[in-house]
Amino acid sequence: MDFQPLLLTFKLATITSLILLVVSLPIAYWLAFAKFKGRGVVEAIIGMPLVLPPSVIGFYLLLAFSPSYWFGNFIESIFGLRLVFSFSGLVIASVLYSLPFMVYPIRAGLQSLPASLREASYTLGKNEWDTFFKVLLPNCKPALLTAFVLTFAHTVGEFGVVLMIGGNIPGVTKVASVAIYNEVEALNYPAANQYAMVLFAVTFLILLVVYSVNNSLLRVRQSS
Amino acid sequence: MEVSLGLGAGSILALTGPSGAGKTTLLRQIAGLAKPEFGRITFKNSIWLDTEKTLNLPTQQRNIGFVFQDYALFPNMSVRENLAFALSKNDNTEIVDELLAETELTQLASRRPFQLSGGQQQRVALTRALVRKPDLLLLDEPFTALDYQMRYQLQNLLLRFQQHYHFTAILVTHDMGEIFRLAQKVAVMENGKLVNVGSPAEVFLGKATPESQFDIYGEVLSVEKQNDGLLVHVLINHKISILNLPLEMLDQLSPGKKFLLQHNLGAPDIRLFDAD
Repeated sequence: MDFQPLLLTFKLATITSLILLVVSLPIAYWLAFAKFKGRGVVEAIIGMPLVLPPSVIGFYLLLAFSPSYWFGNFIESIFGLRLVFSFSGLVIASVLYSLPFMVYPIRAGLQSLPASLREASYTLGKNEWDTFFKVLLPNCKPALLTAFVLTFAHTVGEFGVVLMIGGNIPGVTKVASVAIYNEVEALNYPAANQYAMVLFAVTFLILLVVYSVNNSLLRVRQSS
Repeated sequence: MEVSLGLGAGSILALTGPSGAGKTTLLRQIAGLAKPEFGRITFKNSIWLDTEKTLNLPTQQRNIGFVFQDYALFPNMSVRENLAFALSKNDNTEIVDELLAETELTQLASRRPFQLSGGQQQRVALTRALVRKPDLLLLDEPFTALDYQMRYQLQNLLLRFQQHYHFTAILVTHDMGEIFRLAQKVAVMENGKLVNVGSPAEVFLGKATPESQFDIYGEVLSVEKQNDGLLVHVLINHKISILNLPLEMLDQLSPGKKFLLQHNLGAPDIRLFDAD
C-alpha cells in the first residue's frame, strides 16, 4: 500500500487546522462580543462552506487561483507562487472550506461563559487581550477541542474542492480521498478499501477521544 | 433613568428598591460596564463619565472593585491565582498572602472555585476585589444567595475590610438588616429614579410606630382532634410548635394553610444571640 496519500491527508489537515485555529480566534471573539451592523452578512459568508457544494467552492477557487485571472496572476507575480495544482493552494482552499467548523464552536464556547467572568476581569484592571487569553479561552477548552477536531476531520474528508483545484499529483495534491476515488475508478477495490479503512478508523478514534475528553471535562464542572 | 447622587468618601451607601428599579444598572454604569445615554460620573477629582464631552473612562482605569452576585471567580484558577490575577506586573505579591491570611483562606488557597461552598466563594470574590486596593468597592447583591449565618460573617468581613482600607462602597441590597448594619446612607430607587435618600434611620424609621402587638406568620403542618379541642402542629420561623385551638376551627384548618397570629406583648422577654 502506498502511504503517501494518507500522509498527505494528515499533513494537510494538521496544517489547515493550525492555521485556522490562529485565524478563527479573533473572528470568533469578534462575532461573540462585538456589536456591529451587517453581522448577518459576515455570518452568512463564513457559513457558506457548510451548505455550498464543494464543487462550487472549488470552481471559484480554481478561477481565482488560475494565473489567467488577476488574483492568481497577482500572487504568482508577487510571491512566485502558483496556487492551482499545488499543496499551498490546497491549504488555502481547505482553510476557507473549513472556516465555519473552527469559528462556530469557538464562538459558541465563548458565548456560553457567564458575562460576569469577562466583566470581573475588566474590573480587576485587565485589558481585553489578557481577559481573552487568561480567562475566556482557558474556560472554554472543550469548545476549542471540538472546533479543532471538527476542522481536522472535515479537512480529512475533503474531496470535491481538492479534485477541482488540486487534481491528482502524487505527493503534492493526491490526498487519501482522491486516492480512494482513483482506485475505485481503476476497479482496484482492495486498495480503495485499505485507504477507506484507515480513514474510517482514524476518524472514529479522533471523535472517540474528543467526546471522552469533553465528557470528563464537563463532569468536573458539574460536580461543583 | 434619572439619578443624581453624591456620596462622602469612606462611607458605605446602600442602594435598594424593588427589582427592576435600576439599581444594578446604576452600579454597572458607575463601574463602566454599562454606558448611560447621558450623564456625568465623577470620583474624587477625576471625571469617569461625561457624555456631553464624550468622555468615558474604561472600567480598567476607574480603580474600582466589583463583587458580583454570582461571584464570577475564574474556574480555571485556584483561589490564590484568582487573587494574584488582580495584580499588575510590578505589584508586590505580598498583598495576596496578607489577604489570604486575613480572610482565613490560606488553607483553601490551592483549591479551585468549584471545590468551595457558596460562602467561601463569595469570601474569595470579596477578597479578590480588594487586591488592587480600590478607592470604590461596588457590590451587587453580594450576599443574597447565602444563608443567614454566612451572610452575617461576610458582612463582618466587609466592615473589617472597610475599617482597614477606608474605601468607599456602594452596595445593592434588599436586606433591611444589612442596610442598618453596614450603610451610613441609603438610596431608594423606583422605576429608574431616586425616591428617597438619607441615613437608614431617616429613610425607614420615620414611618415606624410604637407597637405592642406583633404579627406572626405561620403554616399549619398537621391537625389532630382531641376530646376538648384541636392539637395543631404549626411552623413558625422555621420552628415546629404546637397550638391548642377550639374544635369549631376544624373545617378551616388543613395542612399547608397559612395563618396570621396576632400576639400582644406585655413585658417583652427578649434574648439576644450572635450569629457567629
